[in-house]
Amino acid sequence: SITGACRAIQKLTRVRVVDNSALGNTPYHRPPKCIHVYNKTGVGKVGDKILLAIKGEKKKALIVGQKMPGPTMTPRFDSNNVVLIEDNGNPIGTRIKTPIPYTLRRREGEFSKVLAIARNFV
Amino acid sequence: RVSSDGKPPKFQPPPKPVIIDRKTRKEERRFLSPEFIPPRGRTDPLKYYIERKDMIQRRKVFNIPEFYVGSVLAVTTADPFASDKSKRFVGICIQRGGKGLGATFVLRNVIEDQGVEICYELYSPRIQAIEVLKLEKRLDENLTYLRDALPEYSTFDVNMKPVPRMDQEEIPVNKLQVRMKPKPWSKRWERPKYNIKGIKFELPEHKMKAAQKWSQPWLEFDMLREYDTSKIEEKIRKELSEELEK
Repeated sequence: SITGACRAIQKLTRVRVVDNSALGNTPYHRPPKCIHVYNKTGVGKVGDKILLAIKGEKKKALIVGQKMPGPTMTPRFDSNNVVLIEDNGNPIGTRIKTPIPYTLRRREGEFSKVLAIARNFV
Repeated sequence: RVSSDGKPPKFQPPPKPVIIDRKTRKEERRFLSPEFIPPRGRTDPLKYYIERKDMIQRRKVFNIPEFYVGSVLAVTTADPFASDKSKRFVGICIQRGGKGLGATFVLRNVIEDQGVEICYELYSPRIQAIEVLKLEKRLDENLTYLRDALPEYSTFDVNMKPVPRMDQEEIPVNKLQVRMKPKPWSKRWERPKYNIKGIKFELPEHKMKAAQKWSQPWLEFDMLREYDTSKIEEKIRKELSEELEK
């Protein structure tokens, strides 16, 4: 069953890993789920870091796209997209094919390495 | 005709061409953008008049073309974080909402197997250009069901060339019936509340009949819900044509 209504990312949301890392792309009988959002509120929007449970491991990730409509002129994606990240901010994968919103460029300092491997921007 | 003696026949100028002026006919059936029509309510019409003045001011500076839900548009917006400070997005218009200066339209496209929707404000100063690549209408006013349809119906080439269209009055209606992904959908589109004609429902007969249980056939006869906009539209059209000619 798929919950359609709740659109921003909080604990226990199933997410879609978007980069080409081995951890994100190997099939597993359970989908990757969010277990913690590093935010004052427990709700994660685009540009927030979360803790993911993938293949029985804990991994940090960065939210790159969400189903919830944000401010006007920002894109709204059809799935909650996430990029796997290390603790210091280095991405694990080497390429991101799916489009990434331009608003992430605002925080060029923290996410420069993730933005460097991104191909398309929306 | 008797020719005069010895002299060449008198010069007859060719008959003057009859010029049929079509411009006056065109202005009668001009398109009125839906955000000009004020919603039904008890607010002072002065508020809508002032808003319309601002909208006309913006339209004088920036051209907002005529488009409908179902036409493919390309929008260039100004963005400080984009390369060249501007970004271009191509997509099909799913819905047009809002009245007055806050009028919005949502464009949808599928890029690299990821569906993306962006809601733009028509009168936002950040928008630099709106191009209509394909002007057409669809069978419904609201195409939000494209989210649950197969992605091929929402994919449009980013480098699509504008489809040439003659200056006729007829806007083509695309009677495309869209095929859906398997259920569950985000909304139960088969229910008569949405009144969708553009989906090819491949559901069994008993499910379609069960959906009709939620039909409300008395709604179309409800007199309190009637909102006749013909007179308001004419007034606004006159106002617009006067202001835009100044």
